[in-house]
Amino acid sequence: MEQRVRSRARKKSQESYFDYSLLFIIIFLVCFGVVMIYSASSYEAQTEFGNAYYYTKKEMIAGGGGLVLMFIISRIDYRIWFKLSPWAYLGSLLLIPLVLTPLGIEANGARRWIKTFLPGFSLQPAEVTKLGAILFFSFMICKLGKKVRDPKAVILLFLMMVPSAGMVLIITRNMSSAIIIAGIWFLMLYVSTPGYKYYLLLAALAVVAVILLIYALTSGIIPEDSSFRFARILAWLDPEAYPDTKGFQTLQALYAIGSGGILGKGLGGSMQKLGFLPEAQNDFIFSIICEELGLFGAAAVILLFLMMIWRFMIIANNAPDLYGALLVVGVMAHISIQVILNIAVVTNSMPNTGISLPFISYGGSSIMFLMFEMGLVLSVSRKIKLDNV
Amino acid sequence: MCDAMQKSKTFQRKKIVIFFWGCTMIITLLTIRLGYLMIYRADHYKELATDLHERERSIKAARGKIIDTNGQVLADNKTVCTISVIHSQIEDAQKVIEVLHKELGMDIETLTQKVNKVSSREKIKTNVEKEIGDKIRNYKLAGVKVDEDYKRYYPYDTFASKVLGFTGSDNQGIIGLEVKYEEYLQGQNGIILTLTDAKGVELAYAGERRKEAIPGNNLRVSLDKNIQQYAAQVAEKVCEKKGATSVEVIVMRPQNGEILAMVNVPEFHLNDPYTLLEETNGELTSEEKQNRLNQMWRNMCINDTYEPGSTFKIFTATAGFESGVVTFQDAFSCPGFRTVEDRRIRCHKTSGHGSESFLQGLMNSCNPVFIDVGARVGVDNFYKYMEQFGLLSKTGIDLPGEAATIMHKKENVGPVELATMSFGQSFQITPIQLATTVSTIINGGTRITPHFGVQIEDSEGNVVKRFTYKETKGVVSEETVEKMRYGLEQVVAEGGGNKAYIPGYHIGGKTATSQTLPRGSGKYIASFIGFAPANEPQILAMVVIHNPQGIYYGGTIAAPVVKELFSNILPYLGLEPEYSEEEQKTYDIGEFDMPNYLGMEKEEALSKLKEAGMEVELQGEGNRVKEQFPLAGEQVKQKNRVILWLESVE
Repeated sequence: MEQRVRSRARKKSQESYFDYSLLFIIIFLVCFGVVMIYSASSYEAQTEFGNAYYYTKKEMIAGGGGLVLMFIISRIDYRIWFKLSPWAYLGSLLLIPLVLTPLGIEANGARRWIKTFLPGFSLQPAEVTKLGAILFFSFMICKLGKKVRDPKAVILLFLMMVPSAGMVLIITRNMSSAIIIAGIWFLMLYVSTPGYKYYLLLAALAVVAVILLIYALTSGIIPEDSSFRFARILAWLDPEAYPDTKGFQTLQALYAIGSGGILGKGLGGSMQKLGFLPEAQNDFIFSIICEELGLFGAAAVILLFLMMIWRFMIIANNAPDLYGALLVVGVMAHISIQVILNIAVVTNSMPNTGISLPFISYGGSSIMFLMFEMGLVLSVSRKIKLDNV
Repeated sequence: MCDAMQKSKTFQRKKIVIFFWGCTMIITLLTIRLGYLMIYRADHYKELATDLHERERSIKAARGKIIDTNGQVLADNKTVCTISVIHSQIEDAQKVIEVLHKELGMDIETLTQKVNKVSSREKIKTNVEKEIGDKIRNYKLAGVKVDEDYKRYYPYDTFASKVLGFTGSDNQGIIGLEVKYEEYLQGQNGIILTLTDAKGVELAYAGERRKEAIPGNNLRVSLDKNIQQYAAQVAEKVCEKKGATSVEVIVMRPQNGEILAMVNVPEFHLNDPYTLLEETNGELTSEEKQNRLNQMWRNMCINDTYEPGSTFKIFTATAGFESGVVTFQDAFSCPGFRTVEDRRIRCHKTSGHGSESFLQGLMNSCNPVFIDVGARVGVDNFYKYMEQFGLLSKTGIDLPGEAATIMHKKENVGPVELATMSFGQSFQITPIQLATTVSTIINGGTRITPHFGVQIEDSEGNVVKRFTYKETKGVVSEETVEKMRYGLEQVVAEGGGNKAYIPGYHIGGKTATSQTLPRGSGKYIASFIGFAPANEPQILAMVVIHNPQGIYYGGTIAAPVVKELFSNILPYLGLEPEYSEEEQKTYDIGEFDMPNYLGMEKEEALSKLKEAGMEVELQGEGNRVKEQFPLAGEQVKQKNRVILWLESVE
């Protein structure tokens, strides 16, 4: 009798659980993103297109569509994606070479977008690939089960990751997305295999490699003009020495951040967005947040992201099955890598590479696929058994 | 299916928690980095960003005035306007063009081009009169900016043009005192800082920051407006009368080197310095025009040298006395020439002065006498005294471009060169050098620095800096000074300079007539240097007349100029005439009753007054005397000036 009551209670709670904190954070970030895009882009949009709402309108449409998409996905049981995962990954891989066809769109010297049937909206295959990778690695790790500890399995998984990251890097010349895909792969593998040794070793090797590279560059062993990425590293070390070339964007971002001070200039008060920091609504939007809302505003935004990652952790650890948990870990990896790298780039804590700030930076396809991922996480959260929380 | 349903392991959960804390750690580090940038580095980046965002427009500082010794303003500022348009703020371009066309008189085509040019700020016209600027401002046209600005303005235009100098469009001195005292006069420009976007377009909603301009300090000079104007008047008169190419007048205080007047006729227009005085036939290339302008701007008292001629005998005589080789009583003889080595050097009086004392030689300006004295002094002493009196170096006057003395090298001087140098030929000095050297000899032996600048004052008249100038005492001995004062007074009283004689004053001086190089060109320089009172000189005047037509003797044409100058400025300077008994008799000086000239014909009255030796000033126009001053029957002194008011009667 007691058993039955409990099971009924469990059943009831199972149906009603939903991570409202996460939902709130998502909605808040999307709305905040629209406000900041308006603030950052209106002046340039007015002078370029004669319409201050040019970017804001597109972002509002994408964000609204994304929220609808998120609600739909969150109502669908995530388990149905399990068998579709390989096909999703394969599909996303096939999308990448399309940028080279006449469907591709070139902007800022790189072909990273393809046309869609919606006029005015383009699709970035790299965003699709990130989602595909999360779905596929979750699927593969579940399929491998305990065999995932076998080095052979690790190599297999690595070989499966290479085409996506490699194509994103070589075809679309988008190193940051390639890093994110590799990062997602790495973190999912780390979570699903026991032991720390190899990961610590790998991390240590990476640190040593980075230090050696910096040393080689600054001491002149590698000529600085051998690659534009090396020049970026030098500009990172001293942006004020390259104020008109590689250090330009970073320096402009630092001006924005520094001149914001503790309390900021007030929403809309940024000077740097007036053409000094080009495309302020894109990757460097965080510096405009700093300039307008000050250290307090910036810290609040960082805290929101941290809360979001915290909710991911809670959901992942309470997911009813490994597949759900891995899906959430993938999304967690995706969001955390992107947030950390973006803020690190904007504050000149690492060399400049184009990484957008999730939910806030302008970008239609980015927000659509992020919302898809959020839908997945919320869907996993719906299946949480309450007594496990 | 069962694969998908497997549970996650405990280690996996632990790893997720570690992953989360890893993120937290990195994010915390980034937040600290952010705090460092936004607190510690904030000022640094704020400053850089402000530099980037703000655009400067300068506010011109008012330039300091140049004020004469009595407080008369010689160089002033005038407010002018700069008209510019800001393309992005213009609302009605057509109206703007119409108004600017109407007020500025610029052609519509140029205006249309400028108004429609997409630039952050387009200058339409500078140096617009303030009234026109105010008028344009009153239209309140959007996008039209009227900025006030200063322009140098010279109230007396041609007054001491080559001394004062003028300024360029950027308000910087170009020649004269304006250059020399630039650092004091220029002031500090202020700035208006406005926020702009990356393209440099000013933000309409943002205010502006101003740093007000600090006006320059005023320069007080020793020039005396009245003396300068009077000197210019007499110089112009003689220049015209004698058809001379140029006339220079220097009036200075021999005791301290203060220059009261420096005239260079023809003077140019300071308010229009880029227009040549003479008509030009045909178009000039810009280079030719610049050369002519430079020529027009030259201050010949300072920038050019000449052969001083007989005025230099003052030096030779002084050197003779100082080395003790001659006294006034020494006897000489002049057959009309002197043969030095194989050269026969003529005296200006070809028949010769016969036998004469040194004093008579000085009064006669006899060349053979001075050739002898020069030879007695010898080359070594001649150069020693030139060096000692400062003749070989520049005077150090506070004007740019002073020319150096052009002198034989000592080792090249033979008897012939020494002979010609003794009476002021075969070398060149500037007029100011001669005036300074004579000052040194007659002021009691102190080598002074001729100068204009007295002090720097702020706008309230408080002294900011007082200038001091180098003085070297004891260059000439007391006895020699006394002898020279006496000798030179004799030159004016009874010698070749007698046309500078003014009853009631002790005036010393020396004339000179020199032929310009090349010899035989028929061009002469007539000059006279005089000082008063001879026994205690307070004022020194020098006149140099270049290329006079007709009579060219310094004693005949230059000495009267100094006389005219002195007879006016000596009373002005508070030096009243004192007549000796002899003078009273000779010039019938004394008190008498003022005759009645009322109702007399103008010509008759003038001839009667001339007979009585009275000076007359006429007021009004007409042919009959209406009023007179002093009134008839009043006791007057002869030197009093009589004023007659005229009326026209049919």
